[in-house]
Amino acid sequence: MSASLWPRLENLLPQVQKPARYIGCEQGAQTPTHGPGIVSWLLTYPDTYEIGLPNQGLQILYEILNERDDAAAERAYSPWTDLEALLRRDRLPLFSVDTHRPAGDFDVIAFNLSAELTYTNLLNCIDLAGVPIHADSRADDDPLIGVGGHCTYNPEPIAEFVDFVVLGDGEEVVGEITELLRDWKRLCGSKRTGRPGGARSSLLRELSKIAGVYVPSVYQVAYSGGFIAEVVPRYGDVPATVEKRTVADLGDWPYPRNQLVPLTEVVHDRLSVEVFRGCTRGCRFCQAGMITRPVRERPAEQVRAMISDGLTRTGYDEVALTSLSTADFSGIEQVIGETVSDAGCDQVSVALPSLRVDAFTVGIAAQIQRARRTGLTFAPEAGSWRMRQVINKLIREEDLYGAVESAYSQGWRRMKLYFLTGLPTETDEDTLGIAELARNCVALGRSHHSSPSVTVSVGGFVPKPFTPFQWFGQNTVTELSRKIGLLRDDLRRTPGVQLKWHDPKATLAEGITSRGDRRLGPVIEYVWRKGGTFQEWSEHFNYDLWLEAMAVNGCDVDWYVHRHRTQDEVLAWDHLSAGLHKDFLWQDWRDSLNELGLEDCRWIPCYDCGACTGYGIEHVVASASPPAGGSQGTGVDLSGGGAVPVVLAQRHRHSGARNGVGTRRGAGVAS
Amino acid sequence: MRVRICFTKHGKVRFTSHRDVARIFQRALRRAGLPVAYSQGFSPRPKIAFGLALSTGHSSDAEYLDIDLDPERINGIEMGDLPARLTNELPQGMAVTAAVAVDRQTASLQQAVTSCTWQIDVVDIDADTVASAVARALAAESLVATRERKGRKVVDDLRPGVLSLDVEGPIEAEQANGGGVRLIAELATQPRALRVSELLGALDPPLIEHRVLRLHQWTMNETDDRQRSSPLDAASSTPVGAT
Repeated sequence: MSASLWPRLENLLPQVQKPARYIGCEQGAQTPTHGPGIVSWLLTYPDTYEIGLPNQGLQILYEILNERDDAAAERAYSPWTDLEALLRRDRLPLFSVDTHRPAGDFDVIAFNLSAELTYTNLLNCIDLAGVPIHADSRADDDPLIGVGGHCTYNPEPIAEFVDFVVLGDGEEVVGEITELLRDWKRLCGSKRTGRPGGARSSLLRELSKIAGVYVPSVYQVAYSGGFIAEVVPRYGDVPATVEKRTVADLGDWPYPRNQLVPLTEVVHDRLSVEVFRGCTRGCRFCQAGMITRPVRERPAEQVRAMISDGLTRTGYDEVALTSLSTADFSGIEQVIGETVSDAGCDQVSVALPSLRVDAFTVGIAAQIQRARRTGLTFAPEAGSWRMRQVINKLIREEDLYGAVESAYSQGWRRMKLYFLTGLPTETDEDTLGIAELARNCVALGRSHHSSPSVTVSVGGFVPKPFTPFQWFGQNTVTELSRKIGLLRDDLRRTPGVQLKWHDPKATLAEGITSRGDRRLGPVIEYVWRKGGTFQEWSEHFNYDLWLEAMAVNGCDVDWYVHRHRTQDEVLAWDHLSAGLHKDFLWQDWRDSLNELGLEDCRWIPCYDCGACTGYGIEHVVASASPPAGGSQGTGVDLSGGGAVPVVLAQRHRHSGARNGVGTRRGAGVAS
Repeated sequence: MRVRICFTKHGKVRFTSHRDVARIFQRALRRAGLPVAYSQGFSPRPKIAFGLALSTGHSSDAEYLDIDLDPERINGIEMGDLPARLTNELPQGMAVTAAVAVDRQTASLQQAVTSCTWQIDVVDIDADTVASAVARALAAESLVATRERKGRKVVDDLRPGVLSLDVEGPIEAEQANGGGVRLIAELATQPRALRVSELLGALDPPLIEHRVLRLHQWTMNETDDRQRSSPLDAASSTPVGAT
């Protein structure tokens, strides 16, 4: 096995910014043993250490793999541009931070892809590892390049650069991949490297038979008149559709057990405990909520144990309870109450990164943020009730004002409101509704403080695969800029309201990659070759380079981004599945245009979106009744049986499925 | 109760910054179950106070830290175990070598430390050139350097801050073209700290640092200003565990 690169790296580190990003040494870091019979994984986040280290998915797989006798996992992150230049000058490769081993020495280099704009960094990391960027140029004993994460539900734009893609939860499938590679190494290991060698294409074909693993090279795309005609397997033993993997019961996977505690500054520098996975609020713009169904709550007892063990092990004084909507966790008040009282005088604070917009949620926030009441963030997402019905984010204005009033009266001074613009059917009236909401929130604050502050943060909407909006043509840069301009003009002389917005040009680049097909591979490669790395970073983002790359490669921005797609169109990701039936998504898209809401199926009978029924799994929700307070997600105050302010879509109920409530032990059993 | 500890910083972890070290200790103290006192007020902070910042990338045999422990929660904690207990929670390369209880009236580390001894390895240069650069600097009445302070250029004389500077001899450094030389320097920290990089840059020719190790920090004996001592020997201190 090759030696550590550390003696050479340590002479470069005095010359770079923030060298502590490259040393590893975190509390919880492992130095696994490599050798024959052990499959080595380099888990890589293709952005800086500060962004990548806290990634929970990567940390979970790091632990699960290192607990195995037949696997060794280390981590790598994109080196910042200063270190990259020195590495290239000295012909040094990408390295792991755990033992500073060259990336090219690993059997698998696996990337977490959480944002499309990191694709050029993916290429850069593969190249820095000394591996050919094109999968079909790789030698039999080159490392396998794997990817997973939310972006990989449409991996087609990066299909030519990766060997395999994992769809969905990774906890189980990494073990299955490891077993296959372990056996493959034993049977036909390369003499030179001891890695899986010999007939890489046969190995990839074997990989493609593991459920949840998509191997792009064993599928053939046919085009017709510019459109995709079909995507078909090249071999009879390869599945026609690759289904995502779903862990049936989160209680079986209490990870990370030893969350990494970095020595240097990172984002989200606190203990994280995932309280549930999945969300069925049904917000139509939200890819995460669609692809992670069903809802799987962690048992409250396990949540408490993970908080208390985690705080003791890490020495953190803050814990975030993570999920897509943490206030929906059954018994959230009790868990928080116990955490705060357990911690006693040890100054532990609890963060809820995803607050629901209602007064009940603010009450919870008040319970946990006893000391520092600086700011609260809410995401109404759209400025008018009509628009919120379209996107199925059914927050009434009363809910928002109730939440804001409650927050101001309990000592908070600053509110942050998140909105999207460029949503389907959005009119200028809808857009300006954002300014109206903000003004009203400031007015509510005036009765409590002399100078209340509301920050309005507006992002351009990017339609995502496997959502009801996957057919929608994204707004142009000009249109998004015009809408932001409307808000700027309207809010110009409004004291107390600050407007922030996401660069519409970056929104466009995200749009290119989010719903692209395999023909975009050369575009991404072009941007990378011209130095376009770190495109998530505004100081490095290069809009003109993306447009140039599209033009040079004959790809039409309008066709890929701004065009409305039709029902009969074969979408680039149709051969992959997040469980959701395409006709369910299409119906939800039509309902959206008719301003019809759809209920949260956690507390009502199943309407068969496909995420449960297709895989024989169910919601795992401890409480039989919806949480108190507000109407979000349902349009109805379910706790109070109040008036229904919205017309709900009548859906065919799936006859076989039971209501998943209270079926924790029944999870995983097909109904 | 205030405890002053001495700790070392070597190896990979030397690339952490001064702020990083503060963060590392806050968490190590919590993991070790040591009841650090918190400040009162809107955002309570643990009461720990560092001495002179060590530049990122430099190693040290002699870093110091004052920790206020909460007297009400200190029961049952064996103070003699403190160095081992804390070292156990620190990253590889950091170790607590000693701890003493100090009086709350004791001058802070920032005030008390007057100089530091440094081991400085320079590379890509021969021993004779280094020796003559050092001799020139020591013979000079002043050693002028332009420094940036609060955005303004300031011309300073570094010479009074150079308390001693000796060439220890040649060293073998990896990947150094012209070999390397080890210097030992005592540099003043009052009225403001003279940095190793400033000293090397002011020599003629300027020297390039390869590895820097802080060997000692010194405080002045109040009664005899030629007597220097370690911050742990501060007047009213008693070794933790001895009482």
